[in-house]
Amino acid sequence: MPVEGSNKTDNQDFMKIFDARIERDEKVEPKDWMPDAYRKTLIRQISQHAHSEVIGMQPEGNWILRAPSLRRKVALLAKVQDEAGHGLYLYSAAETLGIERDELYQQLLDGKAKYSSIFNYPTLTWADMGAVGWLVDGAAIMNQVMLTRTSYGPYARAMVRICKEESFHQRQGYEILLHLVKGSEAQKDMAQDALNRWWWPSLMMFGPTDSESTHSEQSMAWKIKRKSNDELRQAFVDATVPQAEVLGLTIPDPDLKWNEERGHYDFGPIDWDEFWQVVKGDGPCNRERMAHYTKAYEEGAWVREAAMAYAEKKQKRREAAKSDLQVA
Amino acid sequence: MDNSLSPNQALFNFALHMGDNTLIAGHRLSEWTSQGPALEQDIAITNIALDLVGQARSWLSLAGELEGKGRSEDDLAYLRSDREYTNFLLCEQPNGDWGMTIVRQFLFDCYHFELLNALLDSKHEQIAAIAAKSLKEVTYHLRYSSEWMIRLGDGTPESHKRMQNGLDERWRFLGELFEDTETDKVLAEAELSVLPSSLEEAAMNRIEAVLKEATLSQPEVKHFQTGGRKGIHSEYLGHLLAVMQSVPRAYPGQSW
Repeated sequence: MPVEGSNKTDNQDFMKIFDARIERDEKVEPKDWMPDAYRKTLIRQISQHAHSEVIGMQPEGNWILRAPSLRRKVALLAKVQDEAGHGLYLYSAAETLGIERDELYQQLLDGKAKYSSIFNYPTLTWADMGAVGWLVDGAAIMNQVMLTRTSYGPYARAMVRICKEESFHQRQGYEILLHLVKGSEAQKDMAQDALNRWWWPSLMMFGPTDSESTHSEQSMAWKIKRKSNDELRQAFVDATVPQAEVLGLTIPDPDLKWNEERGHYDFGPIDWDEFWQVVKGDGPCNRERMAHYTKAYEEGAWVREAAMAYAEKKQKRREAAKSDLQVA
Repeated sequence: MDNSLSPNQALFNFALHMGDNTLIAGHRLSEWTSQGPALEQDIAITNIALDLVGQARSWLSLAGELEGKGRSEDDLAYLRSDREYTNFLLCEQPNGDWGMTIVRQFLFDCYHFELLNALLDSKHEQIAAIAAKSLKEVTYHLRYSSEWMIRLGDGTPESHKRMQNGLDERWRFLGELFEDTETDKVLAEAELSVLPSSLEEAAMNRIEAVLKEATLSQPEVKHFQTGGRKGIHSEYLGHLLAVMQSVPRAYPGQSW
């Protein structure tokens, strides 16, 4: 017989309810009971996703001032602005799990929180704005479409909105490349060079191979993740190869070929040493990205303090005016 | 009055000037993207940059049509030198800190808002149409920059000091906004535009009211800086354009 008030027994009961809810494919909402580990996993994943959106503003922000036409400039500005917006929704989703945005910022500043490693690669030519949109947003969409069905309600709903904007970004990136490959030899070379540099890092975006992935199994059981890293990576390759053919560009993988039996493309081995090197902080731009973020954060401190101080002053004045009115 | 300037030439000059102001002001604001003091402000300032670059496209396209030599908005934006740009010196000044950027934008918004209001009555259909569309956006810009002037002017001692410093630095570029050129005189006479001097009183009243609420004092300057409309700029514009124009300049004749 369960003894009333016993935490252990309560938790066991709650756990049964929670597991049953996951089993029935119902969403978990902020006020529902959830295991601590589920909450922690979500905070880690959602905040990492939010940080990725925010740090991800930098590589594309790098070309806003040099966009080669006014139409491209406006589109790129709007895209980077969307990423900031995605960061906001995701921080809000994380806040529903009982953590403040400032604490999440602090984790990023302290290097305790991670963001997607892809943003530690440099954007070197205008064609990179095409390749990043097409490949990086394309890979992100594979992951995010899956996450629209994730078990935590606020995260799933944020993803629905984000996915719509991301697929627009992906088309925008592809269109940049489509324009370049119809241009001069120099422009075609620029497009091919961008694909050469972004292809492998994009495949790495799906994370370690399934057998090496530490968080995957539990996340799949909780239906936070609904497809494995390798499944998503394969789906991305299968979707992207024909798109490269339309562009007339060559994917930099000599082992890439259609496998009739599997019904998928086979592709060559990923350089996991490079992957871990970048994850652990030694990618080409890890330091620059964090330095940029930290500088903006520190330089904005006086603005945030002043905005708070002004809001408090205004509140006090309002209260004073109210009490004057009552006295009168 | 100098009759050597034809109304069409004056219209071209004016559209170009409007395009240059909005493009350069928007470009400067876009330097903030990914570096704002908070995510919300990053989004807001990028939004204003987007509006201004969007307006620049309308003005520069109109300038190209008026000129009739087949120059596109991009030809005008990317293939003119700083000596051919006619924006105000104010618009090209570097961002400095967030406060200095807000001051620059606020001064420009006060002028821009009054001008667009006046342009609604332009007898030139396209000018009136661009003004009407822009005014909706600029009404928001003015509200945003006014709020930040007040919030930071009346925030902490540090923010107050920074805002006063920003104002003292940027004030010397304000006079140029209300100077009447030959272009303005030709257009005002034909009721296609107005004399900038006619906007000064309303703009200054607004500036004074906001400074008062922001607890900031109005700087005194002996001499205003001028020259932008004649293509005599500060040293900053050349650098801005070198960056902005780098890709089309490196690959002449390509489409992007």
